[in-house]
Amino acid sequence: MSETKNEWPLWEVFVRSKAGLDHKHCGSLHAADAQMAIQLARDVYTRRQEGTSVWVVRSDQITASDPGEKSSYFDPMEDKVYRHPTFYALPKSLDHM
Amino acid sequence: MYTQAMDTMGKDRDDTPKAVRSADELAHQHAFDERIDAGEFIEAKDWMPEHYRKTLVRQISQHAHSEIVGMLPEGNWITRAPTLKRKAILMAKVQDEAGHGLYLYAAAETLGTSRDQLVDALHSGKAKYSSIFNYPTLTWADMGTIGWLVDGAAIMNQVPLCRCSYAPYARAMVRICREESFHQRQGFESLLTMMTKGTDAQKAMVQDAVNRWWWPSLMMFGPPDSESPNSEQSMRWGIKRISNDDLRQKFVDVTVEQSKILGVTLPDPELRWNDEREHWDFGAIDWREFWQVVGGDGPCNRERLAARVKAWDDGAWVRDAALAHAAKQEQLKEAA
Repeated sequence: MSETKNEWPLWEVFVRSKAGLDHKHCGSLHAADAQMAIQLARDVYTRRQEGTSVWVVRSDQITASDPGEKSSYFDPMEDKVYRHPTFYALPKSLDHM
Repeated sequence: MYTQAMDTMGKDRDDTPKAVRSADELAHQHAFDERIDAGEFIEAKDWMPEHYRKTLVRQISQHAHSEIVGMLPEGNWITRAPTLKRKAILMAKVQDEAGHGLYLYAAAETLGTSRDQLVDALHSGKAKYSSIFNYPTLTWADMGTIGWLVDGAAIMNQVPLCRCSYAPYARAMVRICREESFHQRQGFESLLTMMTKGTDAQKAMVQDAVNRWWWPSLMMFGPPDSESPNSEQSMRWGIKRISNDDLRQKFVDVTVEQSKILGVTLPDPELRWNDEREHWDFGAIDWREFWQVVGGDGPCNRERLAARVKAWDDGAWVRDAALAHAAKQEQLKEAA
């Protein structure tokens, strides 16, 4: 990866589509600083009123789980069915508990 | 705006798949193939064959370049749009194309290629973009015709890409397709207005634009299947879902019906319904012209590339100033 020293840093964009909902990752963009990233995110990702609030985070500030360890990380939850309400069979009269 | 069977454009010499070497790689390859067969999506940080990565970088970046270069033929008419309404619509559309280019560049960057490298490949002429943008936009009717035919062909090409095995590309395509439908509808409506309420001269202008854009639009689907050597591999990987010829036929079938509503003639004397095939037959495409335009000798290739390079060079001081400003603000914050 050569000649990237003059590139604007990469930011991840999160948009809240309407009040009451979570911010959701919707893409990324390059910007010189946070203020510019917010402004560009508005222009790029909310041209049709897709958002009421925007977060931007420098991509290099995000720590992610290792995709190579996906199975050892997440599979252990597979056999813990007792963590779900549907695991418990109750009398019909109590169906809404 | 759209891609054209870009997989056929790669002429890189080191582009052939390499023989698998280590046992470790073999195991990775096997697991990867299984995931593809199961219809799973591949994410940026997942293991993938080098050739899969390269094919995607090439296709996604060429798709991105097409969106960006595609702003030029339409930008040509912004200041001369006939009404304020049409001007606002055209500006919104051109802005969308810039956005589409950005979504796609971002998807290509997840594969480990920097934006500067991608842009550099375009500017040096190493990377291609869709041949359709190397045709000139001579009249206002070209704006409507591009929306109807070029964006129509683009949508046909792009919808299957929403199910592409590479997830960041598929996600970008979902967003793009959602916005693309406005492009085609505004184009058709603009032409329909001229064909139903326009003067004879305006109607003739529409017909002339359709005559000029019809064949290049059919070429957007890429060479015939028999001459698309990379298609099979892309199909195997779930990067491509429907063949060039099948998509082209689908486009012809729907467009013929639309042309009747519009009241224009498609410039192909061999166009006729085939009862047996239940499709429209159409005349032979001039593939010599296609390869000539792809190869750099279309009506506007030099002009388009020169305009891109000039815009990039003229904007250099803005990019530098923004970085310098950000660095200075950072310093001030640290000092405080």
